[in-house]
Amino acid sequence: MKEMIILLIAAALVNNVVLSQFLGICPFLGVSKKVETASGMGFAVIFVITIASAISSIIYSQILDRFHITYLQTIVFILVIAALVQFVEMVLKKIMPGLYQALGVYLPLITTNCAVLGVVLINVQKEHTLIPSIINGFGTSVGFLIAIVIMAGIRERIEDNDIPNAFKGSPIVLITAGLMAIAFCGFAGLL
Amino acid sequence: MNKYLERLYNGIIKENPTFVLMLGMCPTLAVTVSAMNGLGMGLSTTVVLVLSNAMISLLRKVIPDKVRIPAFIVVVATFVTVVQLLLQAYVPSLYDALGIYIPLIVVNCIILGRAEAYASKNSVLLSTFDGLGMGLGFTLGLTAIGLFRELIGSGKIFGFGLMPASYEPITIFVLAPGAFFVLAMLTALQNKLKAPSATNVTGGPAMACGGNCGECHGNACEANHGLLEAQKAAAKAEKAAQAKRAAEAKKAAVEGATKVAFDKVMEKTEGRED
Repeated sequence: MKEMIILLIAAALVNNVVLSQFLGICPFLGVSKKVETASGMGFAVIFVITIASAISSIIYSQILDRFHITYLQTIVFILVIAALVQFVEMVLKKIMPGLYQALGVYLPLITTNCAVLGVVLINVQKEHTLIPSIINGFGTSVGFLIAIVIMAGIRERIEDNDIPNAFKGSPIVLITAGLMAIAFCGFAGLL
Repeated sequence: MNKYLERLYNGIIKENPTFVLMLGMCPTLAVTVSAMNGLGMGLSTTVVLVLSNAMISLLRKVIPDKVRIPAFIVVVATFVTVVQLLLQAYVPSLYDALGIYIPLIVVNCIILGRAEAYASKNSVLLSTFDGLGMGLGFTLGLTAIGLFRELIGSGKIFGFGLMPASYEPITIFVLAPGAFFVLAMLTALQNKLKAPSATNVTGGPAMACGGNCGECHGNACEANHGLLEAQKAAAKAEKAAQAKRAAEAKKAAVEGATKVAFDKVMEKTEGRED
């Protein structure tokens, strides 16, 4: 149990997916204008990454590893993720229209978000079994949610600030991200 | 210019993926801790780009339009796997340094972007050169950023100590936050110099990928390209108009001056006749 909690914290804070591993930079910079949309994106990512970690872990151990075709992992995983996102979208639309309304717009954006493939590959690399894979996936995506929501909050605040002309737009966003990355470096001493 | 050389020029300078199009930011930020890593990542991506562009161009009349994106992804993923295995076998040090970012070349916007925007519409040789140009442009960008970060962050270039012994390396530049700061300075500089870049075209949020790597498929590149071209054309037209106006004013002034001179001469002659 203790190991699981450590894994969760490490995935969410210490090795933050955006700020220390640079996965999912595009949505982090692109969809972080408003807290509302940022949290929508964050929850959609949690949903997809957790399911993708579970399914890809099963596929890896039951098919790829069993038949010694692990070298096909990149091709298999990217196709599984692409199919999974489509499938999740259809299922949500049918079964939980409310959730679909909330997350629907963001789901297609995630298809080839590098964070999803990244988490799945890290799971394989670290030889996590099913349960640790799910926990690692969940922790990583919670880390994404935390980072993108904080970012959106800061961006809402600095919108009306007096920023030097050259730094308007993406430079100031990148500097904010850098400062957040310094703050997240502090979590390294947590474990 | 030769159309093949033009493709190279286009990829390396005119539409440099790192500096102008601002695509593939994840590997740009992640692997540029040293010039060597940047170079290795850039070259790996170049190989994948060239091969996948050539293959997709070969198959462009075979792949049905509806399933083209999954088909492209499979082609790209295949070549990425090939490159990954080759690196693992022959350059294990680089393989360890780049780690997870090698398989993640699959989801690099540049590759799918070029496949969708160029290779699926053009001949094999042209697409190959397009891939080569874009790949070399990407390599150039990554190596330049890597050089800068390595020099400031550890006082070395390609692993060789270059700075005087008294230089205290600013270690933060080879850590995660440094990547953001370097890129921030780069984009700020581009804003200041009004250099052509996806991040400083009026239309702001409409540019870049809009946070949508997944749905990018090169449409964003095309849109960015269109916006850039439009802006450039507008600037050019304005410049031309200004030049024309200036020329007209000058002409008018010259005409006016000659007329005045002529009138004076006429007056004089008239006066003499009197």
